[in-house]
Amino acid sequence: MTTDVLAGTLATGEPAAGVTRRSRTSSRTRSRRPRPTSGAALYRPWWTPWLWVAPALVVIGVFGVFPFLNTIVLSFTDARPLGGGGDWVGMDNYSRMVADPAFWLAVRNSVLYAVVAVPLLVVLPLMLAQLVYKKVPAIGFFRTAFYAPVVASMVAVALVWQNLVSENGPINTALQQVGIIDSPIPFLSDTTLLLLTAVALTVWKGLGWYMIFYLSALASVPKDLYEAASLDGAGTFRQFVHVTVPGVRLTMLLVGIMSGIGSLRVFTEIYILGGATGGVGGQARTLPFYIRDVALDPIAGNVGYGAAISVALFVLTIGLAVASHKLGSKEED
Amino acid sequence: MTWWRTRGRTRALVTRYVLLLVVLAISVGPLLWQFFSSLKGPQDALYGSSATFFPEHPTFAAYQTVFEQVPMGTYIRNSLIMCLLTVFSQVVFPTLAGYMLSRQGWRGRGIFYWVLIISMMFPFESIMVSLYTQITDLGLDDSFIGVWLPGAISAVNVLITRAAFSAVPNEVEDAAMLDGAGELRRFWKVYLPAARGAMVVVVINSFIAAWDDFLWPFIVLRSEELYTLSLGLSRLAASSLSYDPRVTMAGSIIAIVPILVLFVALQRHFFKGVESGAVK
Repeated sequence: MTTDVLAGTLATGEPAAGVTRRSRTSSRTRSRRPRPTSGAALYRPWWTPWLWVAPALVVIGVFGVFPFLNTIVLSFTDARPLGGGGDWVGMDNYSRMVADPAFWLAVRNSVLYAVVAVPLLVVLPLMLAQLVYKKVPAIGFFRTAFYAPVVASMVAVALVWQNLVSENGPINTALQQVGIIDSPIPFLSDTTLLLLTAVALTVWKGLGWYMIFYLSALASVPKDLYEAASLDGAGTFRQFVHVTVPGVRLTMLLVGIMSGIGSLRVFTEIYILGGATGGVGGQARTLPFYIRDVALDPIAGNVGYGAAISVALFVLTIGLAVASHKLGSKEED
Repeated sequence: MTWWRTRGRTRALVTRYVLLLVVLAISVGPLLWQFFSSLKGPQDALYGSSATFFPEHPTFAAYQTVFEQVPMGTYIRNSLIMCLLTVFSQVVFPTLAGYMLSRQGWRGRGIFYWVLIISMMFPFESIMVSLYTQITDLGLDDSFIGVWLPGAISAVNVLITRAAFSAVPNEVEDAAMLDGAGELRRFWKVYLPAARGAMVVVVINSFIAAWDDFLWPFIVLRSEELYTLSLGLSRLAASSLSYDPRVTMAGSIIAIVPILVLFVALQRHFFKGVESGAVK
C-alpha cells in the first residue's frame, strides 16, 4: 500500500504523507489562498458529505488505519490466530525478536534485496524510457510490449523464470554450450543465487512500471538543453549524465523510494522460486515471508510475535523513506 | 544537409531499433518461450541442447491435461469473481468519496483527507497479521468476502478521482445549480463524465491487482474450491501432479493471456492518460 502512496502522489500531483518532498513555496501559496467556495456548499445539509464518503471512510478506517494501531497492541501480547491468548506480555516479543537469528537473517535478506534491486530499478527504467521516448514508427508496439511483464501476474511469471533458470533450463544450456561454465549454475538451490535470481525477476517485472514514470518526467526536460549540449560536443552518454539525469532527479528519488519499499515487501518471488520453505531451510526468507511463517499458521502461529516483527518491518520501511528523503533534499541544496 | 549528417542519423536510427529489439527479446522473450514450450508435443525436447524455440509437433494436449488435473475452470471463475467484486467497489465508492473530497466547504474534509494519507503509510505486509485476526474475528476467513473486504476501497483511488473532479471549474457547478440540478444530478451529468479517464485507470489498476494478488488470498483461503488462479497455479507447480513441465507452463500461460488481452485492448486509453499527465 505504501507503494500506492507514491503512485497516488504521482497520479494526483498531491503531496503524500511523510515520504514525498513538499515543494515549500507552492504548497504555502496553495493553502493560504483557498479557491473560492462554490455556492453549492451553502445549500448542503451538514451530513450529506458524510453520506458520500461513509463507505470509503469506514473501510479505509477499519482496514487501513486501525490495523496498524492494533498491530502495535498485539505486539505486546501472546495472541494466537483464531483467538486465544491475548494476555499482556510487555516487551517479551521484542526481546525474543532481538535474539532471534531467523529474524536477523530475514532482515539481512530484505535489506540485501533492496540494496541490489534499487540501483537497477532507478537506472535501467530511465534508460528504457529514454529509448522509447522519441516517437519513431512502431514505438507504440514497443511501449506496450515492454509493459507486458508488468501486467502479467507474478505467480505465472515466477513459474516462467523457474523454468528458465532450472538446472537444464535454457539459460544454463546456453551458457554451457558457449562454454562459459562446465556444470549448471544452481540458481534456485544456492541461497544467495536464489535471492539474486528473485531480484532479477523483480527488476525484470518492474522495468515497464517505472519506465512509465520516467516517460512523463522526460516530457518536462527542456529540448533546447539537449541541443545546447550537443553543440558543445557532448555525446549521447554525456547528454544522459548532464542533461537527462539532472532533469529527472526528483523522479529518480521517487522511483528509488518506491522500489525500495517494494523490495521490503517481496514474498511471492521467493515463495515460487524457492519453494514453500523459502529456500533451503528457510535461508532465503524475507521479512514478510518470516512474518507469515511465524504468525499465520493456524495451529502453531504466534500472532503477538508476528506483530512485533511487523512493527520492525514498518520501522524499516519508514526509515528507508525518510533516509531517501533526506538524501534527496540534501542534493537539492 | 551534408552526407555525414544523414549517415549519422540513419546510424542513430538503426542503433535505436537494434536496442529496442534487444529489450523486446528480454521483456517478451521469456513469455514467448513459455508459450511455445507449452505447445510442445511429448516428442519435442523442452530443455537441453536439442530443444528448439518453436515446437516441431505443436499440440494443445498440455492445456487439456491441466484442466483435467486441477479444477482450472473453478480457479478462473474464482479469480473473475474477485476481480469483478474489487473493480466494482474500487470504482463506485472511491468515486463518491473523491467527488465529495473535491467539494469545498464541509466540516471534516480535512480529517477525511488525513485518514486517507495515513492509511497509505502502512505497507500491507506490516499490517496483515492484524488484518488476519480482524477477518477471523468477523468469521470471514476462508471466504471471498474475507479476501475482498480489506482491499475493497483504496485511498489512492479516492485521490485519483478527487484530482479529476477538482479539474472541473466551480462556475460549471454554479451554472448547473442555477438550472435547478440537485447534487446527484450534478454529480451524474457534470462531474462523472469529466472523471472518465481517471476511472479507466482505476479499473485497469484494480483488475490487475486483484488478478495478481497472491499473499493475502493465500493467507485467507484454505478450501481449494475457493482458490484463485494464482493460488491454484502455485499449488499445481508445487505438487507432484505436474511431472510434465508442459502442464505447469500451460497453466501459467492461461493466467497471463486474459490480463494481457485486457491490457492491449485498453492500452490506448492507458498511454493517452500517461501522456496527458494522469501519471505525473
